[in-house]
Amino acid sequence: MTTATDSTHIDDHHDDDHHEHHIPPGIKRWLYTTNHKDIGTLYLWFAFIMFLTGGAMAMVIRAELFQPGLQIVDPNFFNQMTTVHGLIMVFGAVMPAFTGLANWLVPMMIGAPDMALPRMNNWSFWILPFAFAILLASLFMEGGGPAFGWTFYAPLSTTYSNDGTALFVFAVHIMGASSIMGAINVIVTIFNMRAPGMTWMKMPLFVWTWLITAFLLIAVMPVLAGAVTMVLTDKFFGTSFFDAAGGGDPVMFQHIFWFFGHPEVYIMILPAFGIISAIVPTFARKRLFGYASMVYATASIALLSFIVWAHHMFTTGMPVAAELFFMFATMLISVPTGVKVFNWVATMWRGSMTFEVPMLFAIAFIVLFTIGGLSGLMLAIVPVDFQYHDTYFVVAHFHYVLVTGAIFSIMAAVYYWLPKWTGKMFHIGLAKWHFWCSLVSVNVLFFPMHFVGLAGMPRRIPDYALQFADFNKWISIGGFAFGLSQLIFLALLIKACKKQGEPVSDQVWEGAEGLEWEIPSPAPYHSFETPPVVK
Amino acid sequence: MSEKEYEKYYVPAESPWPFMGAVALFLMAVGAGNFVIESTRGKEGYGAYILGAGFIVLIVMLVGWFRNQIHESMSGMYSAQLGRSYRQGMSWFIFSEVMFFGAFFGALFYARFISVPWLGGASNNDMTGEILWPTFEAIWPLVQTPGGLTTEAMPWTGLPLINTVLLLASSVTCHFAHVALENNNRGKLKLMLGLTVLLGAIFMVMQIEEYIHAYNEMNLTLQSGIYGNTFFLLTGFHGFHVTLGAIILFIMLLRVFKGHFTPDNHFAFMAASWYWHFVDVVWVILFAVVYIF
Ligand code: HEM
Ligand SMILES: [Cu+2]
Repeated sequence: MTTATDSTHIDDHHDDDHHEHHIPPGIKRWLYTTNHKDIGTLYLWFAFIMFLTGGAMAMVIRAELFQPGLQIVDPNFFNQMTTVHGLIMVFGAVMPAFTGLANWLVPMMIGAPDMALPRMNNWSFWILPFAFAILLASLFMEGGGPAFGWTFYAPLSTTYSNDGTALFVFAVHIMGASSIMGAINVIVTIFNMRAPGMTWMKMPLFVWTWLITAFLLIAVMPVLAGAVTMVLTDKFFGTSFFDAAGGGDPVMFQHIFWFFGHPEVYIMILPAFGIISAIVPTFARKRLFGYASMVYATASIALLSFIVWAHHMFTTGMPVAAELFFMFATMLISVPTGVKVFNWVATMWRGSMTFEVPMLFAIAFIVLFTIGGLSGLMLAIVPVDFQYHDTYFVVAHFHYVLVTGAIFSIMAAVYYWLPKWTGKMFHIGLAKWHFWCSLVSVNVLFFPMHFVGLAGMPRRIPDYALQFADFNKWISIGGFAFGLSQLIFLALLIKACKKQGEPVSDQVWEGAEGLEWEIPSPAPYHSFETPPVVK
Repeated sequence: MSEKEYEKYYVPAESPWPFMGAVALFLMAVGAGNFVIESTRGKEGYGAYILGAGFIVLIVMLVGWFRNQIHESMSGMYSAQLGRSYRQGMSWFIFSEVMFFGAFFGALFYARFISVPWLGGASNNDMTGEILWPTFEAIWPLVQTPGGLTTEAMPWTGLPLINTVLLLASSVTCHFAHVALENNNRGKLKLMLGLTVLLGAIFMVMQIEEYIHAYNEMNLTLQSGIYGNTFFLLTGFHGFHVTLGAIILFIMLLRVFKGHFTPDNHFAFMAASWYWHFVDVVWVILFAVVYIF
């Protein structure tokens, strides 16, 4: 406990007699923990399990789409698969993985003893497994799970949904509560727990990007809560927010949803920018090019993300003035995004580069995320989007930014910091296999989606016209291969958690800089009980 | 800062309460979901019981957790830095609440300035008006929906006006209570805090009164189109927050009577009063845009 009463061991270090919480054995450690590292581990494993679960659903989708015609599952179940796949990947995999990384890294990077609000930290994690248990259980209930797409547009989610929607609504409510608490914790930690000398413009970019992400989360998760609440009252209590007969408008749903939804996609990419900005300088052995411009670019992306939401709604019949406004605002966002890509490339320019596994993922990120950004730019052009909207082109776009963007960055981060966490180098052979298999298969999976999308194949439909058959066969093969490749990652992670591998030094990577590389590997249970002084 | 000066940041030991809180939210979500289905579809089930159980677990958890916090705080384990964490955390929580209300205010503005006029044919929607509901008249408050339901608009004079005065007064008394606490004037603190809770309670009674009036005499219900929807959801969520705020202030009052809080250690009290001021500000905006304009 915090009082000094249980200090039986003799140690001349000024601090060790405090804070020696004994770690309770077994499951209780994980249920009751207030330690940021334990909670970070929980978040990361939860995210990975959800990644595999959502991935299994993607396998069902791709099996159905392997050939034209209805093959394996019935259309309603297909819709449930696309819906729950999307929800799980967004709220169960990508967001918790980033929160897990924030938990592990932010206190170590800013020289804090722990997160600012450790008990709330535990609460926000443990809500998640329960929320997803509800969501997954609803698949097995009468009428099946949600089948209206992860965007749950009205009237699909109101008039045409099954009664299980009520459970969906409350599951989203509690996972939203979890995200808000997690974000408050991160933001307060960064504001209040920085070591002396850790001024704003000395903070690692991962900390900066998470600070801004946390702000976005607190700003938009409550709006999502509002949206699901209105869906609930429309469906069950006779309100007509999204029903024209009562003076409402189904398009209003889309406005509210995307006011949340667009900042949400930046929530899923800003921390990735922070990760890449940490990895590239290490393996290029150069300072990050344009640190300050990275900070400003992140902030402007976040602010702009509040005024572009209707680019998801170009085909809903908005007035022309609105279409133009949202088109130009969207294009504006690619300017700060371009600044970032430029800075990463400039950092590598004439660096003494080596290609360890984290760097491989980081470089793949830079190239493939840029492809996703460019297809986004195409979608931002109103007349063009009229054709591309709701086709596989959109699916290609957001999988390039989310899978080869967000998820590749998470994998890069895991490879980069895992030796610090476990004290052992991961199995490099397996890691390389994981990288190359993922890289090839992910492109076989998502690149042809551009072509079928441009040719007009609609998304979220279990059947398609015959001319798309060849491409879809390859897409499915890529999909299965990508799914299998992730099992290599699973094997590697299990080995790492069993602490197999070569011991590593404190710095782990030759070019690594920052507070987290100055503490021992593996990082001790409590780091920085008294803050270091940053010069 | 030298290491000696550093006041240790209190990192609590393992605690069972957060996990229990997660269980509580789980039960509440499952219970509420089933309860909504059962109560609106006339089905039998256990939703209400599960919801109730979740609620009880939540209360037990809150009592346990806050007991720990109070104990820690009163035995001087907290540093100034920790106090800042709590204050900042509370501010961000209030910001999230602002955004939650923002969603409903947004719906109100959208209905008023976009969807209702468009249904009447404004902007590029001539044909919508012609084809769907040619006789529809786009006015606000929307007392007749396109579908044909009629209702009445709630006037701002009378009850709502009195309620505004009550709530504003309670904000003032709450502020005085805070000042009294900082000046260590316990008598005045008790009086002002008691008054705040009382005013809050009267507000709630009046609000219920207003709802009964709306339902029985004005045919203004949750079902009566977008005007009634925004009216009830905004005032309803606000009322819910007032109730919560009043309960929290009441607990603060009990703690004051037990001799808790000192002029420089009263985070819980301050958080409660911030929350109360926030609820008042929401009401002022709500009174302006829901009732008056
Ligand atoms: C250069 C930056 C970007 C631009 C200009 C852009 C533009 C767009 C546009 C216009 C759409 C709507 C397409 C349609 O439905 O017709 C869209 C969809 C989408 N974007 Fe982006 N985007 C960009 C970056 C990102 C990033 C970084 C992410 C996430 C990490 C992302 C995730 C998504 C998702 C998930 C959708 C589809 C949502 C759905 O309908 O299910 N985008 N994007
Ligand atoms: Cu968007």
